[in-house]
Amino acid sequence: MNYKLDFTPVIEGLPDLLLACLGTFGLALGGMALAIVIGVGGVILRDSRFAPVRWLIKGFVELVRNTPFLVQIFFIYFALPLAGVRLDPTPTAIIALGLNGGAYAIEIIRGGVQSIGKGQIEAGLALGLHKAQVFRLIVLKPALRAIFPSLTSQFVLLTLSTSICSAISAYELTSVAQRIESDSFRSFEVYGTITLFYLVISWVMMRFFDAISTRYFSYPVK
Amino acid sequence: MGSNEFLFLLTGLKWTVLLSLVGFVGGGVFGLAVALLRTSGIAPLERGSRSYISLFQGTPLLMQLFVVYYGLALVGLKLDAWVAVAIGFTLHASAYLGEIWRGSIEAVPKGQTEAAKALSLHYVSRMKDVILPQAIRISLPATVGFLVQLIKGTSLAAIVGFTELTRAGNIISNQTFKPLLVFGIVGILYFLICWPLSLYGSHLERRMAVASR
Repeated sequence: MNYKLDFTPVIEGLPDLLLACLGTFGLALGGMALAIVIGVGGVILRDSRFAPVRWLIKGFVELVRNTPFLVQIFFIYFALPLAGVRLDPTPTAIIALGLNGGAYAIEIIRGGVQSIGKGQIEAGLALGLHKAQVFRLIVLKPALRAIFPSLTSQFVLLTLSTSICSAISAYELTSVAQRIESDSFRSFEVYGTITLFYLVISWVMMRFFDAISTRYFSYPVK
Repeated sequence: MGSNEFLFLLTGLKWTVLLSLVGFVGGGVFGLAVALLRTSGIAPLERGSRSYISLFQGTPLLMQLFVVYYGLALVGLKLDAWVAVAIGFTLHASAYLGEIWRGSIEAVPKGQTEAAKALSLHYVSRMKDVILPQAIRISLPATVGFLVQLIKGTSLAAIVGFTELTRAGNIISNQTFKPLLVFGIVGILYFLICWPLSLYGSHLERRMAVASR
């Protein structure tokens, strides 16, 4: 035990690290937005009248859920240029995060839609509500409430997995940390510090989602 | 890509499977301890194990591996990369399995504990003979689900420099300049392990849903 901890490189790199948190945040937001779009689109297409479309969506979900994100991001990173799309690592990472999160979102949203009983909708119409009102009050809000916990914890997982995007050197916290580490060789200090950053990020996210949940979804069930 | 390259990938696959097994078994042993502490009813132990769980659930697996890997070197332990990542995955799995099993222990109806106490069974036999056998059944779908997550997670050992399936793929793809083919095959290999497990997990879940109706 003759190693002395030395946080000087971390302190000197602090502005860069804090800025990189914004990069992580950007990746996470982009990934979440794309995941919601893919999730909603996928749920609609999953009930398509055309069997090949249904199989395609099911195959996509199974494939994404049963392979590692790291392999997915490598594959997309090398596949996009072959498809004639030239993108920087950061947009590529957002696409990878969105596709990965989207597959999980499809499953989660599907569960929420199925949780709304047909009788509820019929009862709403019988009470003289508009179709739009029925959708907003009877379908959308309870469905959102049903999926909210699992969707948001999936989003926290997505945010944590942005660290894997450092493998293709997208701009985010882990890749900036790796740069500081390779300049200073203070591996433990650097990674220990940003681990705490991630802990704060996920804690803030969970608090934020909890606040939304109590604000909008805390009405009695029955 | 010839047969030599494919054999190299299979060697990587072997390490992926071994690493997953070690992480799962080691994580299972420590995870049981975490779950028992978490449900012990002794406030400081419950708080401690809750912080342990949220520490691992609130940070990226990649950072956990980095910190364990460099942290062990720091305290003077000169360990193989293989042992260091195995310890990393064991700790990671113990937190997640601990949380899953805590939920299952709490899902066993309270009357079971009360009946066991009324029969004057002490803690060990109450847990071993009454609560845990029921909790294990309840936890099975989520445990299998986590195993899939763990197998996928072992790919991150590649970033630390341990040659398992994904890093084997990296090496081959740098040699052959055919990244799509190589990572396609690597992806299929992972899929072939994980998909049957996922199917088994959802089969268990459906059966439990029927049983509890």
